[in-house]
Parts: sequence; structure tokens; C-alpha cells
Amino acid sequence: MTTPSDAALRVDAVSVAFGTRRVLDRVSLTVGPGEVVCLLGPSGSGKSTLLQVVAGLREPDSGTVWWAGADLAGVPAHRRRFGLVFQDPLLFPHLDVVGNVGYGLRAAGRPGAEVGTRVAGLLELVDLPGFGRRRVATLSGGEAQRVALARALAPDPRLLLLDEPFGALDRDLRDRLAVDVRALLHRLGTPAVHVTHDLAEAQLVGDRVVRLADLGAAGGFDPTGRGSVP
Amino acid sequence: MGAAPLRAWVLAIVPVGVLLAFLAWPVAVLLAHSLSGRSVEVLQQPSVWRVVGFTLGQALLSTLLTLAVALPGTFVLHRYAFPGRRALLAVATVPFVLPTVVVGLAFRALLPPSWVGTLGVILLAHVFFNYAVVVRVVGGLWAHLDPRYEQVARALGATPWRAFRTVTWPLLRPAVAAAAALVLLFTFTSFGVVLVLGGPTTVTLEVEIYRRTAQLLDLSGAAGLALLQLGALGVVLLVSARLQARVAVAQRLRTDPAETTVRPRRPGQLVLLGGVLASIGVLLVAPMVALVYRSVRVGDGFGLAWWRALADVDAGTTGFSAPLAALRVSLGYAAVATVVAVVVGGLAACAVAYARHGASLLDAGLTLPLGTSAVTVGFGLLLAYGRPPLDLRGSWGMVPLAHALVAVPLVLRTVLPVARSVDPRLRQVAATLGAAPLRTWATVDLPQLARALGVGAGFAFAVSLGEFGATAFLARADSPTLPVQVVRLLGRPGEQSLGTAMALATVLMVVTALAVLVTERLRAGRPGQL
Amino acid sequence: MRRPVAPWGLLATVTLVALALTACASGSGSGAPSGTADVTVAPPASFAPTTVRLLTHDSFAVSDDVLADLAARTGVTVQVVTAGDAGELVNRAVLTAGNPEGDVLFGLDTTLLSRAVDAEVFAPYRPAALAEVSPKLREIDTDDAVVPVDYGDVCVNRDDRWFADRGLVPPATLEQLADPRYRDLLVVENPATSSPGLAFLLATVARYGEEGWTGYWERLRANGVRVVNGWTEAYTGEFSGGGGRGTRPLVVSYASSPPAEIVFAADPKPSAPSTSVLTDGCYRQVEFAGVLRGTDRPEAARAVVDWLLSEPFQADVALSMFVFPARDGTALPEVFTRFAAVPPEPLALAPEVVAENRDRWVEAWTEVVLR
Repeated sequence: MTTPSDAALRVDAVSVAFGTRRVLDRVSLTVGPGEVVCLLGPSGSGKSTLLQVVAGLREPDSGTVWWAGADLAGVPAHRRRFGLVFQDPLLFPHLDVVGNVGYGLRAAGRPGAEVGTRVAGLLELVDLPGFGRRRVATLSGGEAQRVALARALAPDPRLLLLDEPFGALDRDLRDRLAVDVRALLHRLGTPAVHVTHDLAEAQLVGDRVVRLADLGAAGGFDPTGRGSVP
Repeated sequence: MGAAPLRAWVLAIVPVGVLLAFLAWPVAVLLAHSLSGRSVEVLQQPSVWRVVGFTLGQALLSTLLTLAVALPGTFVLHRYAFPGRRALLAVATVPFVLPTVVVGLAFRALLPPSWVGTLGVILLAHVFFNYAVVVRVVGGLWAHLDPRYEQVARALGATPWRAFRTVTWPLLRPAVAAAAALVLLFTFTSFGVVLVLGGPTTVTLEVEIYRRTAQLLDLSGAAGLALLQLGALGVVLLVSARLQARVAVAQRLRTDPAETTVRPRRPGQLVLLGGVLASIGVLLVAPMVALVYRSVRVGDGFGLAWWRALADVDAGTTGFSAPLAALRVSLGYAAVATVVAVVVGGLAACAVAYARHGASLLDAGLTLPLGTSAVTVGFGLLLAYGRPPLDLRGSWGMVPLAHALVAVPLVLRTVLPVARSVDPRLRQVAATLGAAPLRTWATVDLPQLARALGVGAGFAFAVSLGEFGATAFLARADSPTLPVQVVRLLGRPGEQSLGTAMALATVLMVVTALAVLVTERLRAGRPGQL
Repeated sequence: MRRPVAPWGLLATVTLVALALTACASGSGSGAPSGTADVTVAPPASFAPTTVRLLTHDSFAVSDDVLADLAARTGVTVQVVTAGDAGELVNRAVLTAGNPEGDVLFGLDTTLLSRAVDAEVFAPYRPAALAEVSPKLREIDTDDAVVPVDYGDVCVNRDDRWFADRGLVPPATLEQLADPRYRDLLVVENPATSSPGLAFLLATVARYGEEGWTGYWERLRANGVRVVNGWTEAYTGEFSGGGGRGTRPLVVSYASSPPAEIVFAADPKPSAPSTSVLTDGCYRQVEFAGVLRGTDRPEAARAVVDWLLSEPFQADVALSMFVFPARDGTALPEVFTRFAAVPPEPLALAPEVVAENRDRWVEAWTEVVLR
């Protein structure tokens, strides 16, 4: 698959501690161009923290995050162009669906007409055509999560970070969305890190499944940072 | 609002009853007693309109200035993790309860004499007093705000400022509007600050009402002004309640501080932290330090003589109790007032949040005690409840009741934004699980409100400790509260009087800070998340 | 779903903490009686045990043993009810005339006398002890509604040390306060908001007359007089003498302020105060007491008025309230005889003249001094 040099994302020996508790201990990980990596681990194992570090929302105590060979230290979150989807859809409650999906486009200063077209296209893409003027409080859980996904995809991210995006949904819906998302990511060719604690879901979505426990110091030395689940 | 919340009117019975019985009725009785042609005549005097103009102008300026100074402080105190944060939060609350006479002396000691009597020093003092209002009311929501909203925005390419402006601010707006309304109310009705630090030319409506009622016994004239003030505030409150209802947003709230605070690290964060610490130091702490300093200044040196005098009957003003006896009196009143204020204010907040109709009216009505002069209510109570079987005059219960009346709007303001933010779907869920309305309320709403109620309780306790206007009017001579005792000591010549007053004011500050700290701890140890 | 957490637990906790604090406070307290004035001693004399509510202003104070003396002699227990400052007190009494909050009112002063008497706040009573009261005080016409209990003089106080340090002779007359040598040295209270401020305004009216007093204030204004709203701000905030640390060495206060400076000084007490009284242009304020009309225990109320004029109470007022007793021949404490000034010719205006003109004078003063 990929070697470290042609990797899109490279996480190199990242450590984070909350007070005295070590959450991440020299964790390394690489993601190749267009690759969807599923990161598996029980809750509280630091998966979300790792995503926050990658997204630039939390500074690591030590270690480096590289993108296409460039060190991202000092690059603030809004310049990284990494999309982020949480377990909760976290749709902005004061905006409608269009406002949410178009948020990143307006932040990038795109003209209104373009935003409108692109939002409509994205809503088609996530199978929610015509939902634009709906208030977010009226959406079902699955719909809300699709809107969140469309919102993350709108500014054309270089990498998508998915933090248990289906965790709040029922099994049936989760499986259907997982298939949809996999298809979507492959169509767009966007690399992604997908965090989950559900092995079945991981295998359904990911090109490669890794356990967080295998990526750090505790998991032994892994020069490629590619510990994987068979 | 979704399925079967407890009916709003059931919740509203107690608050409305209290409001009618102890505010509306006495004021109505006084007005009925005093309104005459003169009440209208007063309103035609140009000097009165100068007073109105000054009152409104300084209130608007004070509100803007307080928000500008206190909002960054609110953010830092609720979102940054740093050592001493809780203590600082408690310290920032203390000014709110200090008697204005004491603060006046502290400001006089620190500021160039030529400043005293100017509009500028009144504005500064208003920031000093109302900083806590913004920190408490806005902080109550800000501390709960899910930080991931902002993270999502940042990941979508928004700069920190844009993320704040387009995501955090709209979510925060209800609380900011609530805090602004309170500060506007407090400064519009400013009395002590204006008397003590203002010049004889800086007169607010409240001062003029007091002067006409208590000094000139021009009850007719005062009634005209009181109606004008109530009318103006009623409009302001109604507008602000509508505004708050409109900007209210249902959102999921976070209750674990570990999730909502960050350790400041980046240069920008450190600069903000430093700026806030400096402003708190200069604006809030320095005047308080001036008081402590005076309490240990004995003659030309330093000593604890005034602290020892706290326990000395001869240093008191009643002839039979030491100054420190006031502490016990204050704590007793504060405990009762807190219970009353939290029950009434909590019920009121839920009633306002769930009401389909009349929410703004209830909200505005319950805030009116803050806009009514203590002297108007006091004189009204004398007339309304002065005959058997309801002769409440001289009853000890009047003092905590008056304190609770003042505290209810604050509890309401603290709890309301959170009550409004409770996701109605959670209630629907509970209802579908077979919970009756009361049970739904107790299991869904209350746990989420617990933290805000805790903040409100601390607030109410502190308000009761510091209340002066109504207490001076209602308290019995043999049992002065801390602020009343401080003020009486200051009404007497001699270094001991001043020093002991300052020592007692320090006791008041420390007790207040402790009360706030304790409620903060309770709050932290009591997760309210579902 | 988490176990329901009611806030009542929280409330209970808050209450408990408060109560615990209260308990601590009482433990560390003063050892003083538990904050009540009710002193009950077995009643040997005239009445069955009765409580009389004494409505008064917030400067009222009386020694424990004087209260005990009343209870011992008559069986009457006094419950003190404060009703704000002197102005609030009188206006509350006027508002509730006929259905009073208390049984006896103490603390009515000359400037407010007419208002209360005209409103028929009092039930007339002429105690026998009135004969012992100084004739000058008895001259004030009160329709027997009230009796004079004490008096005090509002006078300009001087910081002697300040003047000595600068080798400046302190002013000795009202007129000299307008002298450019004493420019920017005087601080006075606003008569609209302060009782000594009003008294000082009345002093200038009494001295310079209806035609001349505004002219005097124009000169004071030109000489840099500072106006603040209350006594505390003036004396403690602006005055350089006494316990305060202000910058102005002349302040409108009371003739009894210098002895109070000694009584409430740091130990060791100084042998003499560093402030003195300018005895020219003092305004005399007399405080009255009376039985409130509508009381349901007139007999006991009269006994309390008698007590206010009794020797023990009269001897107590000097040190408990820093005023002079109305009763002739009452022994004064040494600190009073040595340091309290007794102005030879205090100024005063008839209560009805004050009542009639007060508002107009205050407005004219505001126009001249503040605009």
C-alpha cells in the first residue's frame, strides 16, 4: 500500500497527557492518499484526542503531525482543511440545514451563488435533496448525521476525520450509512481516519483497520506506524 | 414545546403569588394612597427629565462598559484551566455584595480626588459591582457550551474569531442578553454608588424617588417618578425578554468541566489570560485590598486592634452586642433567603421556559423587584400589611423575604438560559418511557438545571449577605446585618469606627467568597448530565 | 438514564452549610448576649411584664444596664425597632399615623418636628420629668406632643494638626470660611441628602438671613467648597483629621466629634483629640420623643418616655449616641467636659419656619452651589 514517504498523513510519536494521565504515548500512524483507515479502540483509549491533535484543535505534548511531507506544527485548525465529524452531529442549532452545510464555504469566502449550488449538490450526495430549509431540530438522527457529513465535505477537505460518526445510531441505520460513507469516500478519493469501537463497522468502512493500542509505545516499536488488524 | 412538560401555569403559581403579594400589592397600595395631580405635575418639570436623561445615559454606558470588560473575563474564568481559577471566580463575585458606602471609601482612597463626583468614576464603580453579574449569568451558559461546536467550525476553515462570531456568540446570545438586561436594570436604578461616589449633580431617578419619599415625604411626587421608572423598566424588560426568547436556542449542554476547559498555552491565549488577570487585579481586587489594608492600619503603624474590636461590645453600635454578632444574623437571613429564592426563582425559570403564552410577561414581572426602589416597596409594605391579622411589620421574616425578592430575578436569569436550552426531545423521550409530567420534569429538566440552580443559590446567598437598602429599612436595631453594621460604624467618628468597619467589611468579603466557593464545589461534584 | 437528582438535595446542603457556618460564627462570636435587646428582670413595680416597641433611627444606642434598669423598675421591656435614618423614621411614622409600627418614637429632630406634629403622629403626654429639662429646650413649641430628650450641635470641625503643620491660624468664624486664606479647605454635606448638611444650610440662613445666605454660599463656592452627599463621605473620605485620610482640614460635623475621636481612638488613647470645633455658626438640633397615637399600651409607652428623661438614660446618651442630655444637671463624662465644644450662641430656626421653607431653601442652595 503506502510507504511513509508518499503518505498523505503521518503522525509521528505523538504524546498527550491530561494532568498526570497519559492519554497518548508516542502514537504513530500513516494514512496514504485516498486511503480510509479505521482506528479501533475502546472508549477512553484516546482516539478522540488523537483526532483533535490531527485536526489542530489540541497541541501534542510532543511528537509531530506531517501532511504531504510538511510539518503541521503551528498550522491552526482552520488552515489544515481537515474535515471533522463527531458522534453527535453537532449541527449548529441556530442555523438551518443550508446554513450548516454552507458554513465552511462561507468561511472560505465563496460567493453566495456558488455556495447555494454546492450545498444543493452535497445534499443530493448524502441523499437529502430538498432538506435545505429544514430546521436542524426537526431532523432525525440519521438525517442529522448525513447533514454533518455533507457539512464536513463541503469545503473539499484534504482529509476527513470521523469520530465514531455512527455511534449514536441504531445498528440497521449504522450499517447502511457505513456502506454509503465508504462508497462516498471512494468516489471522492478523500483519505479518512475513521474512529470506532465496532470491529464490524471498521471492517465495513476501512481499507485498513488498526488498533490504537498497537500504534504507541506500549504496542512495541513499529517503524512504519502501520500496525494493522488482519 | 413538545410533549407534556409540566404545565407552565402550575410552576408559575408560587412565583406569581409571591410577586403579587409582596411586590405588586404593596406598591399598588402605596400608589393608591399617594397618586394625585402632583404626580403628573412632577413629570412636567424639566429638571426631572434631566434626571431621566442622565439615568438612562449612564445606565447604557455602564452596561456597554461592563460587558466589554467582563465578557473576556467570563470566557477566561470558565474556559481556561489554570491554578486558582475557582478562587478567582469567587473573588470576582465579592464586589457585587459589598455595601456601596464601603466601596465608595475604597475608591476614594485609590483614585485622584478630582475624579470623585464625575460620571467616569460612577461608570468604574458600576463595572466593579456588575462584573460578577456578567460572569455569573453568561458563565453559567458558557461553561456548559459544547466546545466541539467551535471545533467543528474551526475544522471547516473558520478562524478562531469567525468561529466565535458565527457559532459561539449566537449560542451565547440569550445569556448575554439576560446579563445585559440585569446590568442595565441595576445601573438604571443605581442608588448607593451615585450617592456615595457621584457628585451632588449626578442624580438618578432612584435617588430622586428616595429623596422625595424618605426625606421630603412628597409621596405624590415620588409616586409619579416611581411610575415613570417602573414604566420605563417594564418596557426595557419586556423588550429584553422578547429578545431573549427569540435568540434562545435549544442545544445539548456539556457538564463536565474537563471537557469544556483548556489549559492556555498559545501566545494569544496567554495574552488574553494576562489581560483578564490584570483587569481583575486593577478593577476588582485593588479596591478590596484597600479595605483590608485599612483594617490593619492602626495609628501610623499596623496592628490587629480593629480585628480584636470586632468581638468587643464597646466597639459595637447597639450598646449590647459586638460588631461580629452581625455575622450570625447575616448568615441566618441568608440561609432562609437562599432557600426561598432558589425555590421561587427555579420554578419561575421553568415556568418561563415552558410557557406558550405570557412568558415574556412573567419574565419581566419577576424581574421588576430589581427595578422597584426599596423605599417604595418598604413604605408599601407598611401600608399593605400593617393591620391585624396580617401585621407583618417588625416580623423577622420580612428581611429574608426582601432579600429573596431581590435574589429571585438573579436566580431566574441564571437558570432560564439553561432551562430554555433543555432539548425538548429529551422530555419527549422521557414521556414515551412512561414518565408523568412531574416525573419528566424531575428526571429530565432538574438534573440539567442542578448546576445552574447551584450557581443561583450561591448568587442568592451572596446577595442576601450584601443587601443593604431594604435591610436598613426593615432590620431590627438589635440585630443589624453585616452591611448595616458596617454602615453604622462608618456613621461615627474615630479611627476605631473606621478600622472596625473595614475589618467587618473584610469579614463580609471573606464569607461571601467562601459561600460562593462552597456552592461552586457542590456544583462541580454533582454532575447533572443525563 | 442517570438517577434523578433533585435540587432539593443541593438546597438542603446549602442550608446545612449555612447553618454550620452560623454555628461556627456563634462559637467564635463575641460572648455578647445573643443579639437581642429584650432584657427581662422580675417586675417589682407598676406593670405586668409588657414589651414596648421603641421606633427610632439607626443611630440609636443605649447601654445594657440602662435597659435593665427600666425593666427592673417597671417591668417594661423595650424592643428597639429601627426605621432607617431620621428622615425615613419620621416619614414612616407620618405614613402610619394612628396605626403605628411601635409604641414610642424617639429621634424626631427640630427640622422634621412640624411635619410629625401636624400629621398627629403623637398622643399628647407631658411627663413630670419635663420640669427637669433645660428651659431653653422647653421653649420649643411642641403642643405637648413630644418631649426633648437630647441635643447636639452641627459645627465645622478643624484638623488642628494640619493647620499647625502649615503655621496657618485656623478659621474661627463662619465668615472666615469664605476667606481666600482658607481656599479649597472646606468640605460640606449636600443638604438634600444629609442631615448635618441641612443643619449647616439652616445655620447660614439663621446667620445671614433670607436676603444674605445665598450670597454667603456664592462666596463659599468661589472659595472652593467641596460638596459630598453624606457625612461618612465628608468626614471619613475627605476630612484630613480623625480616622480618615482625606485632604481637607475643615468639615461640617458635630460638636461632639472630638470626644468621639478620643473614645474611638487606637490604644493608647491620645490625651487630647487632634481636631477641634469651630464654635461660631453652629446649628442646634434637638431630638424629641413621644407616645405614638394608636398604641395599644399607652401606660407602658408613657413609662418609656419617662425613662428616656430619667437620670440613668440621660447620663448614658453622651457616650452611647454622642449627644448632650436634655435634663439639666446631668453629669457628663470627662471626655465630654474636656473636649466637646459647647457653642455659646448656637443658631436655630423655629420648626414651623423650617418646615415652611426647607424645600425652597434646598432648591435655592442647589441652584447657587451646584449649578
